[in-house]
Amino acid sequence: MALIRDAARVCKSKNAGPFELTIDVVFDDAETFRRVKATGVLCPELFARLYNVPAEHVLFTPYDAAFAFKATFPRLVPSGDFGDTDVYGCQQHAPLLDIDLPI
Amino acid sequence: MSKEIRLLSASAILGYGFPEASLKAGLDRDPHVIGVDGGSVDPGPHYLGSGKPFCSPIAIRRDLRLMLRGAIEKRIPLIIGTCGGAGGAPHLDLVASMAREIAREEGLHFKMAVIHAEQDKAELKRRNAAGTISGLAHQPLLTDEVIDRSERVVGMMGPEPFIAALDAGAQVILAGRASDPAPWAAAVTRAQLPPAPAWYAGKMLECGATPSIPKGHDSLFVTVREDHVECEPTNPARRCTPLSIANHSLHENSSPIHHIEPGGMLDTSDCWFEAVSDRAVRIGGMRWNPAEQYTVKLEGVELAGYRAICVAGTRDPLLIGRIDNFLETVRGEVATKAAAFGVNPDAYQLGIRVYGRDGVMGAREPLRGALPHELGFVIEVVAKQSQEIASAVLGVARANMLHTDFPGRLCREGNMAFPFSPSDIEVGAMYRFSVFHVAALKNPLELFPIEYETL
Repeated sequence: MALIRDAARVCKSKNAGPFELTIDVVFDDAETFRRVKATGVLCPELFARLYNVPAEHVLFTPYDAAFAFKATFPRLVPSGDFGDTDVYGCQQHAPLLDIDLPI
Repeated sequence: MSKEIRLLSASAILGYGFPEASLKAGLDRDPHVIGVDGGSVDPGPHYLGSGKPFCSPIAIRRDLRLMLRGAIEKRIPLIIGTCGGAGGAPHLDLVASMAREIAREEGLHFKMAVIHAEQDKAELKRRNAAGTISGLAHQPLLTDEVIDRSERVVGMMGPEPFIAALDAGAQVILAGRASDPAPWAAAVTRAQLPPAPAWYAGKMLECGATPSIPKGHDSLFVTVREDHVECEPTNPARRCTPLSIANHSLHENSSPIHHIEPGGMLDTSDCWFEAVSDRAVRIGGMRWNPAEQYTVKLEGVELAGYRAICVAGTRDPLLIGRIDNFLETVRGEVATKAAAFGVNPDAYQLGIRVYGRDGVMGAREPLRGALPHELGFVIEVVAKQSQEIASAVLGVARANMLHTDFPGRLCREGNMAFPFSPSDIEVGAMYRFSVFHVAALKNPLELFPIEYETL
């Protein structure tokens, strides 16, 4: 077992335009990436649960060439609108850090 | 030797700064073009709405001066997209005026192209009525009302206006809102190299040395050949690695493999990354799929109201233990007292951000039940009509955060620690995104008029 905070090289969030948030989890090498992918833990349903969005609103893409997983989904509030807490969307990754990967 | 184009990006954004030695090291490698991205939509709607630059004029001037000197000395083009942060008319005017002043001060002479991106509202309405504008990211269809309400709308140009300006002999090209990689893609495709590595190179160059480690605002040198791209930071303290490059390809896109641009889509699914030294990486395998219809993004913002804020904190465990209840009482008090001076609840929005609980993630915070030893607050009022009303309501909110009683209270002199006097800050106009759409164009140049001048 390994927490994402220990197993990943990168775990970050950012705006993808003013209305969407995108989260990347990147691993060190092809072997780690393959093992993580095989667990199926990183999937649209995980992001749906952590970020309270319907799974069908999560665009989830494993990117083999970069040993990376990307998930993109709507922001709670458009960037900079009343009630937005994170204009750049760059501090929304923390709930992923403690996800346990059975690798 | 196969054909190659060498490109030097000074930094992530004009005004973010870069070490002068990094620019020189890049210029010493004889780039064909130097440039820098001037902005982004990422800092939010304020800059497009207010017409103010995202970086300070002092910082922009410093970067621009060094780049102009370098380009003129080397007799190569200098290209800057999304000038002034948001790429509207006032932003472009600011940077163009600076370029004229610097040219005069430094005795530099060149032909300059200024490419406009701010859109005329009547023309937008005409295009919308003709059905050539559609929504992005689940945005509703555009209406005349939304266009009229918008403070400013820009179109995001592709490479074609840059190519036109280069063809016309411009040595310095300053553009309004542009797709970040577009100036670079223009320089490469104009040299008869294929669009796939051209756009990929642009994706790397748009953020300066960001695709390197350690990350910082610095210069990136990119060489483009027929079937690959090579990236290397010019500062010896930084390195590009296959991981740092691959990581950057994820940046600010909804998909890591499909990058939609005006005129087509860059597909990075089958990219390979190869270290050619411990500081340089070669990338190949990218593909370009031309679109059937040429489209450009439209970005617009509208006035949402006027904002006043106040920062405060509490260290009282008795208050922290019942904070939700306390804030509810404060909200009730504010509503009553504001109504007493004639400001009804529908005239403003009151937000109380609670740092230490869910200030960063809001409703998505999974740990909002944890009890911290202190809490920070940003109290915020946005009033539709005026700054005066926002400030008046904020004053009531601040006073009630300070003095409102709660059961078990021992700190009878006040609940809040204010770090500043005055405690209340007038923020001014607040904007929100209103237009996030795409326009289908017959001609990639049609929304982006170019003006030329000789300095």
